[in-house]
Amino acid sequence: MAGTLESGDIMIRIAPGDGLKIDLQSSVSAQFGRQIKAVITETLEGLGIKDASVEAIDKGALDCTIRARVTAAAVRATGKDVWKD
Amino acid sequence: MRNTKLVSLEEAIRRSGLKDGMTISFHHHFRGGDKVVNMVVDKLAEMGFKDLKLAASSLSDVHAPLIDHIKAGVITGISTSGLRGELANAISHGLMKEPVVFRSHGGRGSAIANGDLHIDVAFLGASSADELGNASGCPRSENAKSICGSLGYALPDAEYADHVIVLTDDLVAYPNVPKSISASQVESVVVVDSVGDSAKISSGAIRDSKNPRDILLAKQAAKVVINSGYFKDGFSIQTGTGGASLAVVKYIRESMLENGIKASFALGGITAHMVKLHEEGLIDKLIDVQSFDKVAAESIAKDQTHQEVSAVDYASADHLGSAVHALDIVILSALEVDVDFNVNVLVGSDGVIRGAIGGHPDTAEDSALSIIVCPLLRGRIPCVVPRVTTLITLITPGKGVDVVVTEYGIAVNPGRPEIAERLAAAGLKIVDIHDLAAKASSIIGKPDALPFGDRVVGIVMDRHGKVLDEIHNIED
Repeated sequence: MAGTLESGDIMIRIAPGDGLKIDLQSSVSAQFGRQIKAVITETLEGLGIKDASVEAIDKGALDCTIRARVTAAAVRATGKDVWKD
Repeated sequence: MRNTKLVSLEEAIRRSGLKDGMTISFHHHFRGGDKVVNMVVDKLAEMGFKDLKLAASSLSDVHAPLIDHIKAGVITGISTSGLRGELANAISHGLMKEPVVFRSHGGRGSAIANGDLHIDVAFLGASSADELGNASGCPRSENAKSICGSLGYALPDAEYADHVIVLTDDLVAYPNVPKSISASQVESVVVVDSVGDSAKISSGAIRDSKNPRDILLAKQAAKVVINSGYFKDGFSIQTGTGGASLAVVKYIRESMLENGIKASFALGGITAHMVKLHEEGLIDKLIDVQSFDKVAAESIAKDQTHQEVSAVDYASADHLGSAVHALDIVILSALEVDVDFNVNVLVGSDGVIRGAIGGHPDTAEDSALSIIVCPLLRGRIPCVVPRVTTLITLITPGKGVDVVVTEYGIAVNPGRPEIAERLAAAGLKIVDIHDLAAKASSIIGKPDALPFGDRVVGIVMDRHGKVLDEIHNIED
């Protein structure tokens, strides 16, 4: 997992899954839920991850923050450090 | 002294002649610490009243118990300046059949004075009262349990309501002077355990910010004030309740000291910050419609140059003599501003009511210079939006809003080119408000539409008594 529940952040938990399943709770879900899920999906696919169960608790994070938190959670979950390896 | 005014709450209600369908009123000087609304409405429910219209100067989180009274049909109408917390959430989701009527503080004062808002029975909490009804928000004995300072929002109710009941938690010997509410206006006096928790007055909207962005915004806003052309000896000023707008005072103070400039008065909700400047001799007089913290309440209790003002004398649009007409500079916050400088301070980005109009439209319209201080983004929520159609609710029309200060630059209403020139000449970064909206949009993307339903849950009245906007129910 990565991230916090602070305002402007998003907390991401990743577990093994079959296909990509995103469970999103967001303080801005009505206006931005669709975009947040799209950014999470894009980021994981960019890391080659197609099967995962993602729990996301969003407190109004911007896209750059979402990408960083999803990447960090994926790195921690897979042990594969995309920044070093 | 032979006295027939001092009675129990139940007897006071019985004597008032209150009937189903009538309008009852309350003030909100105890803000989050108020105990009068819940106590009285509980009693009215117990006595079997139905279909009452509740006219409060404002309501907050603490009034969540009204939800059950609304469900039970005890309360079927509400008018207020604001709503917060669970009550606001329930109303936004369609709790009430009749829409809530929102008015500014000046608008409420005018509506009471001109009869648009007729009050049958006013229930007014006071920190001290004598048995004839002379009442004050200031404590007057060692037994005092509360202090709220100014009773400005209660004064129109006391003057115009058909029947006035004063509730107090400190009954003092006659005469309770100086008084805010006069014995001649009061029919009954009720002694209760507590009218409010004074420690909770400075809760809700009011916070003292340590957030670095708020401090940056406050410093920018102070520069706007100082270079606006209105910052000269004898100027007058008001600040709203947002963290940044409160912090501006601190930076203006430094400049007042440096330049030997003094203010003639500060107006509106008075805070400890303003009291400090007053006591230092930097502000000659304080005109206080609402004491925003304990320091302000204590100051009004002891200082003759710190004066209470009624909502009518403060901000009525109908009276040229109201104080806002003499106001030079007001610093306000906003939830949202659109590119035409229209402002929303009432309904949150999720479509749920979560704030209060307060004196926002009153002071913006009548002051010589109104400055809105808000960040460009709060998390992912934009505070500068493209068009009036994307503004969730219109509260303050843009023609009264002169300057918008954000961390990405300062936008000046095109109707005030002389202000833009002065600020630019002082080296401040002046931007087109369309560019601010575009900048916000480039960071956050395009928001989806909020899931509003087709029921009207709130009506926003402008300060002249006309319908300005409607608030729709929100669906989950």
